[in-house]
Order: sequence, then structure tokens, then C-alpha cells
Amino acid sequence: MDGLAAGPGCGEAPVLRERGHREVFCGLTGIIWLHRKIQDAFFLVVGSRTCAHLLQSAAGVMIFAEPRFATAIIDERDLAGMSDANDELDRVVTRLIERRPDIRMLFLVGSCPSEVIKLDLSRAAQRLSKQFSPAVRVLNYSGSGIETTFTQGEDACLAALVPEMPAEPGSARSLLVVGALAEVVEDQFLRLFAALGVGPVRFLPSRRAAELPAVGEGTRMLLAQPFLAETARLLEARGAQRLAAPFPLGAEGTTAWLRAAARAWGVDDATFDAVVAPGQARARAAISQRAERLAGKSIFFFPDSQLEIPLARFLARECGMVLTEVGTPYLHRQHLAEELALLPAGTMLSEGQHVDRQLDRCRAAQPDLTVCGLGLANPLEAEGLTTKWAIELVFTPIQGFEQAGDLAELFARPLVRRARLMV
Amino acid sequence: MELAVWTYEGPPHVGAMRIATAMEGVHYVLHAPQGDTYADLLFTMIERRSKRPPVTYTSFQARDLGGDTAELFMEAARDAYARFKPQAMLVGASCTAELIQDDPGGLAKTLGLPVPVVPLELPSYQKKENWGAAETFYRLVRACAGPRLPRAEGAAPRANILGPTALGFRHRDDVAEVTRLLGRLGIAVNVVAPMGASPADLAQLGAADVNVVLYPETAGAAAAFLQRQHGIPATKIVPIGVGATRDFIAEVAGLVGVDASGLLAEAASRLPWYSRSVDSTYLTGKRVFVFGDATHAVAAARIAAEELGFAVVGLGTYTREYAREVREAAKAHGIEALVTDDYLKVEEAIAALRPELVLGTQMERHIAKRLGIPCAVISAPVHVQDFPARYSPQMGFEGANVIFDTWVHPLMMGLEEHLLGMFREDFEFGDGAAPSHLGHAPAPAPAPVAAGPAAWAAEAESELKKIPFFVRGKARRNTETFARERGLATITLETLYDAKAHFSR
Repeated sequence: MDGLAAGPGCGEAPVLRERGHREVFCGLTGIIWLHRKIQDAFFLVVGSRTCAHLLQSAAGVMIFAEPRFATAIIDERDLAGMSDANDELDRVVTRLIERRPDIRMLFLVGSCPSEVIKLDLSRAAQRLSKQFSPAVRVLNYSGSGIETTFTQGEDACLAALVPEMPAEPGSARSLLVVGALAEVVEDQFLRLFAALGVGPVRFLPSRRAAELPAVGEGTRMLLAQPFLAETARLLEARGAQRLAAPFPLGAEGTTAWLRAAARAWGVDDATFDAVVAPGQARARAAISQRAERLAGKSIFFFPDSQLEIPLARFLARECGMVLTEVGTPYLHRQHLAEELALLPAGTMLSEGQHVDRQLDRCRAAQPDLTVCGLGLANPLEAEGLTTKWAIELVFTPIQGFEQAGDLAELFARPLVRRARLMV
Repeated sequence: MELAVWTYEGPPHVGAMRIATAMEGVHYVLHAPQGDTYADLLFTMIERRSKRPPVTYTSFQARDLGGDTAELFMEAARDAYARFKPQAMLVGASCTAELIQDDPGGLAKTLGLPVPVVPLELPSYQKKENWGAAETFYRLVRACAGPRLPRAEGAAPRANILGPTALGFRHRDDVAEVTRLLGRLGIAVNVVAPMGASPADLAQLGAADVNVVLYPETAGAAAAFLQRQHGIPATKIVPIGVGATRDFIAEVAGLVGVDASGLLAEAASRLPWYSRSVDSTYLTGKRVFVFGDATHAVAAARIAAEELGFAVVGLGTYTREYAREVREAAKAHGIEALVTDDYLKVEEAIAALRPELVLGTQMERHIAKRLGIPCAVISAPVHVQDFPARYSPQMGFEGANVIFDTWVHPLMMGLEEHLLGMFREDFEFGDGAAPSHLGHAPAPAPAPVAAGPAAWAAEAESELKKIPFFVRGKARRNTETFARERGLATITLETLYDAKAHFSR
């Protein structure tokens, strides 16, 4: 790793693999942020009342005048015969499109029930696409719990977009940044790439479904998120080459991530240093204010989003935190190779979950801060452990130099709060 | 297949979770795919519970489907018993597990656990959350309830309070309020269940003289069983509203044979005076639409009409099990009940009726926002803000006080409403602005009502805009109906005022 003082790292470290009660979200939850990112898309889950209930429990605290997702709830009659189910789906989609004529792209999102009864949503999407063409494009992906965990829903959604992307003519060189980012973060990266002379730069997903970026032999991609295994695979199949890099969290991660693109574009070191120096300095200054609070504190990660390893790397190296256990729902060795190399040697890694056993380990470790889902957070707080709920890390702008301080702040705040409350 | 933008109830296994989580000493082993643990958040976040729900999920994944998911279930059940040592165990399947047909009940039996194991058959593709809760509570009561014990000579009469669950709308405070009412009648509380009860407590249900059924949706089946099997009578009246509370007091006093005249003689709620005071005169005839579970909707309609002087223009429920009761109540208001769990049908009904206030669930708040109508929440489903820290019952005399404040709050205050009727071009308190005591930016313009065949003349259209915002939708609708009935092609100024005269009769 150029420019980074990597120790022995965790590249070859053994990983504890467990199975049992897993306290995680299914991929349907990705809809909660994807519907805001792709503004002219609609997400129709084909599933059970449980799926509908999950979505509204997660998003229902916002009061929607016009929600951009819904569920086609399978009932007994659909379970009786398959052809019926397809007619029913057509009827539901027609009713939906009549109600929302502004929709440009409709995702049919598969769920556990639709996967188990093997309802062929990809054929349904093709059929409906033909019917509603050219006004509405209909695609499908699976967000089922049996196949996807939380952020893997975004991976499945973006993977469904890859075949829709236009082909880049010839071998024109472009940079594709993959993974939903906050708009403000996208704009910051655009300015940095422009200053480096790296471009043209495109983003997947785009803000509008109809404006998908082109891809081809000249495409170099930077993954902005660690959970994009399938999307990256399909993009590589279309000629794109992944630029290996750690993820753009913290001053160090962002620098290395930008450097990977600068290298590919042949930007010389002096130019690179001059462009990134101001942002880097601001990031370091912002982090140092919070690092006082975090240094020496121990942290335990329950699995949630696959962001755990990059976050642990940032908190250990830039904030001085002590890692106890870093759990992840799924560990993609190749995409995380650069991250693993930077983790302190001897870090305990776990993949998958048996929640009761993991809770036993957490209680035994008594970490200063526990990163976990909302099903565990309040119960652990009541036991006296300080927690940081993990889902917020997916909903908050945390990537890039300007957000590095905010990212540290997300972990410092629960500790500050615990110290402050006197009742 | 049903298009659900929002759903009023969760699946039936969430109802079972509400029972298990409400109780002590019960553990629920749920055969379910990875991800169904989202339901834990309902309890830890929405209701802010400080303990994990007593539920173990098998969390099967796609790769397990090729293998032995039944063994996975057995392992989870064995582990859960060893770890949590419950007094009774519930076993069942979620919607996806129902499709793979592993028979959790049969499998759990083979484990030979030393505690009662109650298998739950909850058909996920037919039934919903409240049914699941009622069925689970009924099964537990059947499995645990002991024989009826006669009251000792000279002992105070005793009542069970049945129905409060986890994730129930104001159940926590309703129990406190009803316990207080019973105490003032000299009736002791025997067991509150499922909330706070253990299987051992359920064994004591037979020691009561009466079952007070607070929520028929969750306790109706269990109370009917206790009446049938053990001869314990159950109350029918739910004490929400001043009138209903008085009727409830008379009913429960009659069932156990105590004198209620002292309590009934007291002016125990502030609602009657607040509602009679002249500040409330402007509430007269406000058109309200009521929707919720059957119990809360029926109670709300009675309060709206008899205690606040509103006009109930719509009444409906998503609780099909109690549709008959809601239809009867609607008949008393001279309207047809809307019985549906289709959010879009409720939206259509509200858009067509153009009420001035919507009393509904969290879902009706979405509709009311879209249509720019004031709204208050009277029933589940609700979100985190409706599990408040402060004492907020709906039942009893204090519940009536809470209801008065909650329902009147979203309405434009009297003076502001008058001034808006006179001057509508003010830059701050302009037409369509949200009530200023709510401190919001202007509400969105209401979506136009489906246009009738008659066209509006420009002059009539501009006159229509002089009618205050919150009743303009109704005026437009009435005028168009009036024009349609008379076959008028154009709506003139005359038509507008003819219609006004016609409908004001």
C-alpha cells in the first residue's frame, strides 16, 4: 500500500464463522435510501404482509404525501396457482402506474415468499416493460432475507441496473464511482477529480433512472461502498476494471481511494499532494478534536452493513480506538484486501452471527462502545453498555475529507452523552 | 395479490410477539428467514423497551433450504429453552416458513421439554396481527388457566383486566386508569394479562368474579373461553369517552354487585365543561372522518358526536372481525361504515368526503398531509411519538381529558378561523396557511376534487376562493353535485349560492 504505513495487518487472519439467530435486516431495507437517491424510480416489493410491515416500520415515521414504494401482498389465491399470480401482478402494476404517472423506472423487488414459491419476477419485468414501454422501464432484483443482508439490497438493485447502462463507444476512458453516496459527497468528489484532471466521472446509481452512466473497456471503477460484490462482478463483465483501494472513510482512506484513481490517470505525486492537501488537513484537524474522546476506548462491532471493517480501520488508525471484535454479515476478501491489510494485527474478525453467543462475548469484553442494530441498542444501553446504532452510518454522509470529522463525531457523541447525563 | 402502499396490521406472528413480549416467563421460537428480526425494533424502538423481545428466530437462509431446516428449528428450540428457561414456550412459523411446512409444533413436541409448549397455527396469508395476538393469548389461556375459585366470604370482588399487550396504543396508561376506576368501586385487580403476566399468573385467572375486556381485538377470544369454560362473565363496554366510561362503571358494578352511584355522581372529567364552555362553540358541526381499529373507531365516533358536537361524516375500520359493531355504530350516525384494510380506499373516501378533521391511525396522517386536512391519532398502527413518556390514557375520565386536548389541537383556533373568513389576503395568515398555533409553513394546496361535468365560470371560481380553505372542498363538491343533479353545464355565481342555500337546509 503506497503512502500508508501498513503493519502485518489482518490479510490472513482467521475469521470466526457462526450461524444461528441473526439480528440483521434483509435487503428490502435498501429501498429506504434508494428511493430517495433515484428520484423517478418506484420500488414494488412482491412479498407478504411481513415485507410491507418491515418497510413501513422502517420508513413510516416519515409522513409521506406520495410514498415511492409499496408491496404487492401475496395471498392464498396466488399460492394456489402460478399463472394466476402473474395476472395478479400485472393488475397491481397497472393500478400503480395509473396512480403514479410520473414513475420512469419500476423495480419489482423479490422477497423470501416470492423466492420460495419461485415466482419468476425477471420474466414478469420483461413482460411489463414491453407493455409500458417507453414510458416506464420495469426491472427486478431480490431483496429477500434468505439471499441478502441489509446493504446487499443496494448491491442487488445496482446489479439490475448494469445491463441497462449504455455501452461506452470504443475504449474512451472514464471513472465510474459505484455505490449510493449523499449528494453533497458526490459533488465534493467531482470537484477533487476535476482538480486532479481525472475524468469524465460518473456515478452509479445516478440521481435519475433514465440517465444511467455508460460503461465499457475504458471504464475504471472505484467502489465507494464495500458491499457491492455482484455489481462489481457485472461491471467487470462489461469491461470495467476495478481500481483496488480502501474505502473513502477518514483522511487516510479518502486519500488512498483518490490516489488509486490518480495513479490510473497518471497524475504525478506533486499535483496529487497539492490537490488533496487542503482537504486532508481539514479532515485531520476535524478528526483530532474527536479523537481525544475516542483514543484508547474499546469498540465492539455487531454485523450489519459490511461497513464494519473499513469503519474499524478508521477508528483504530485515525482515532486511536482499540478493536475488540469486528463482526460483518459477509466478508468479501478481494474487495476488502486493502482494508484488511491496514487493520491492527490480531483483530478478532467474525462473519455471520449467533446473536446470543455474540452477546455473551460482548458482555464479557465490556467494550466502551458497541456498534449494533436497533434491536440490540436499547437493551444493551439498559445493561450499562454505551451503543452506537449502526444503521445511521448508512443514512449519513460519512465519506470523503469534509465528512471525516462528522464520522468520528457519530462515535464520540454517545460517549459524550453518557458522560453528560446526570439522571 | 393486493397493492399495499401502507398496511394497517402486520402479519399474525407479530401479534404473537406482542403477547410474548408483554408477558414474563414466555419464550417464542419463531421459524423465520434472516431479516424477520426487524420486528424486534417495534418493541425496542417504537415502544422503547429496555429488553430484547423473548423471541428466538431460526434465521434460515437460501443455502439452508437445500438442507434440513427442520433440524435448524429443533436446534434453535433446544438452545432457547436451555438459555432462557421459560415457564412456557410458544412455537410457530412466519409467512416464509409457513411455505416450507416444517411443522414447528410437531417438531417441538419431540424435544420433550419439561414446560408447556404451545404450538401456534397462524395462517399468514389469510390472517393478520390482531388475530394472531388474540389467537396466541387464547391458546396460552387455554393451556394455563386453572379452575374457577369461589370468592372467600367477605373478600372484595376481583376482576381480571384482559387485553393490554406490548405495542398497544396507550395500553400502559389505560391499565393504570381502569385499575384506578375499579379501585374506587371497591373491586380488586386479580390478574392483568397478557401485559406483565406470567404463565403462573394465568393459572390464577379463575379467581376473578369478572373479566374486564379492554381490547376485544386481542382478548375477545380468551374472555369468551373463560366465560364458556369457567363461567366468568366479561364486560362488553369499552370505557373510552365520558359516556362510555359511565356505562362501563354501571356494567362492571352490576356484574359483581357493587354500588356505583357514588362514583357516577362525581364530575370526574374536565371534558364535559371544556366542551360546554363557549370557546368550544365553533366546534359544533365540524365534519370529522373516523378510522381505526373497531374499538377505538366506535368509541371515537360516539365522543365526536355526543361529547364534542362534531358531525361524523365517515366511520370505518380495518378490523373485519368486528365489522358488525362498526356497521351498527355507523347506522346510528346515519352513514355507511367503511370496512376495508385497503389504504387507497380509505384515501378515496376521505378525498370524496372532504372532512375538516380526520381521526385515524398513523396511515391517515399520510392521507391528511396529502389533502391538507388536520388530523389526530386515535388508534394503532402508530409510531414512536404515540408511545409518550407522559401519562396519556385514552380510557376513563383522565382519558377523556387527553382526548379533548388531542383532537381540538390540530384545528384552527376560533379567532383565527373567524378572521380568515373575513380577510383572506393577509401575507402571514393567508388562505390555506396552516393554523398559526402549530407554527408550520403553509399547508400544501389540496388536490383538486375530481371535476364534475359542469364547468366553473371564472366569476364563480373566484367567489369559491373566498370560502375558507378548510370548507372549500366541501363547497366545491356540493355545488358540483347540485349542478349535476340539475343538468347545468356551467356553474355561475348564482349556482354557487343556490347550492349553498340548498345544502344549508
